[in-house]
Amino acid sequence: MSDLVKNIFRFILFLLVQVFVLDKIPHLHRFIVPYLYFLFILWLPFNMPRIGLLATGFLTGLALDYFTMSPGLHAAACVLIAYVRPFIIFLLIPKESSEFTYHEPSPRGMGWGPYMVYALILTVLHHAFLTILIWLQQGPFLDFLIKTGCYTAISMLLILIVELLFPRKLKYRTNTA
Amino acid sequence: MRNIFAFIRRHFVFLAFVVLEILSLWMLFSYNSHHRAVFLGVANEVTGTVNKQVDKVDDYFHLVEENRRVHRMNDSLLNLMRANFNIPDSGQQVHTDSLRIDSVTKYRRWVYRDAKVVYNSVNFENNYIQLNRGSAQGIRDNMAVISSDGAVIGVVVNTSPNFSQVLSLLHSKSRVSAVLKGKTANGTVHWDGKDPRFVQFEGVSKDVDVKPGDTVLTSPNTYNYPPNYLIGRVAAAVVDKATGFYNIRVQTAVNFSTVQQVFVIENLQRAEQMLLEQETEKKIEQAKTGNR
Repeated sequence: MSDLVKNIFRFILFLLVQVFVLDKIPHLHRFIVPYLYFLFILWLPFNMPRIGLLATGFLTGLALDYFTMSPGLHAAACVLIAYVRPFIIFLLIPKESSEFTYHEPSPRGMGWGPYMVYALILTVLHHAFLTILIWLQQGPFLDFLIKTGCYTAISMLLILIVELLFPRKLKYRTNTA
Repeated sequence: MRNIFAFIRRHFVFLAFVVLEILSLWMLFSYNSHHRAVFLGVANEVTGTVNKQVDKVDDYFHLVEENRRVHRMNDSLLNLMRANFNIPDSGQQVHTDSLRIDSVTKYRRWVYRDAKVVYNSVNFENNYIQLNRGSAQGIRDNMAVISSDGAVIGVVVNTSPNFSQVLSLLHSKSRVSAVLKGKTANGTVHWDGKDPRFVQFEGVSKDVDVKPGDTVLTSPNTYNYPPNYLIGRVAAAVVDKATGFYNIRVQTAVNFSTVQQVFVIENLQRAEQMLLEQETEKKIEQAKTGNR
């Protein structure tokens, strides 16, 4: 399956899971809102041009926004993590090109440690920006801190579960491809 | 000039990032202030179509509950039938009102349209509900939405041809004027964003006797809602010593996470009322300047 087709399927799947499963969980507490859809941006291939990353991030966020009727809210957060992603990867990936053999970020390719750090940084960024924007409309400042912490904890748990349940088959980067 | 182009090319990604951020923030803030955004009509149709398909499946999980609710409603209506009442006093007679319905249609103020919820959420600070009726079926902005048991849900803020978005009572911007049943106290119901089972009722001064269990109804002084529709029941009422007003927690009559069938209510005299209000304000302004 080509990269493009695979990622279009992923996009639809992540969006549907976010809108129709995670957003529909019964109300437990106002600090418990599970977010997983941005994992799509974390899973995009390494060799994607940065401008493409930004556009994909924007579209992902906007698609979710039109379902939850908050145009621009998730789009802003997604554009931010799509912009920061290459810098984080540059910091965490081994510099020797011989080791840099995988196609997209994954725990098996990068190692669990670096991958979780990568996921954690982007998750915190996404949620912090999201909750800042919500806090600007209403609510005390403490809400913003607690929400960022809680959302991040839940998202990291979900990411861990997804990575353990659905280990991706990794394509090696070869000279021919 | 060449330097400018060189600058743009060098920082193209960063500039694209800034442009996209500004675009999304602009969309967010413009939507928050007046509920309009680019491509909203098209997006509403697309999300509506997807939501409708998912809702078709989702409906099966609510069948038992819905059946029970409809049966209960039917029971309450059957109990109102005249045949149930038997008046032994021969001096009294029950007359059927022979007034032709046609003769009062021109006095009609509220029109009800049925609709089905295809998407709703309770987990956010700003919750919206999507209905499967849109401008093609006569739904317009500012129409009231009540559950099929007659309890307040929200107000339509946006319509596309076949779907409409409802600003739920569970939204930080939702405001409904309300009264306490049987008491001369009115105020505003809003939501503090914390618990979707409870809304806040403000503006009742402490000389009114408010007890838990009191009924909160929609006020007669509102253009969107017909009067005396149930909002909820008082769960707790505490006097705020600083202001002398009550802080009332109201348990909503609707369970927002399971709401399925709704009515959309149109106020046929809304335009006239709004016009009158504007004219009045204009005249007051004129009087002010005239007196000066």
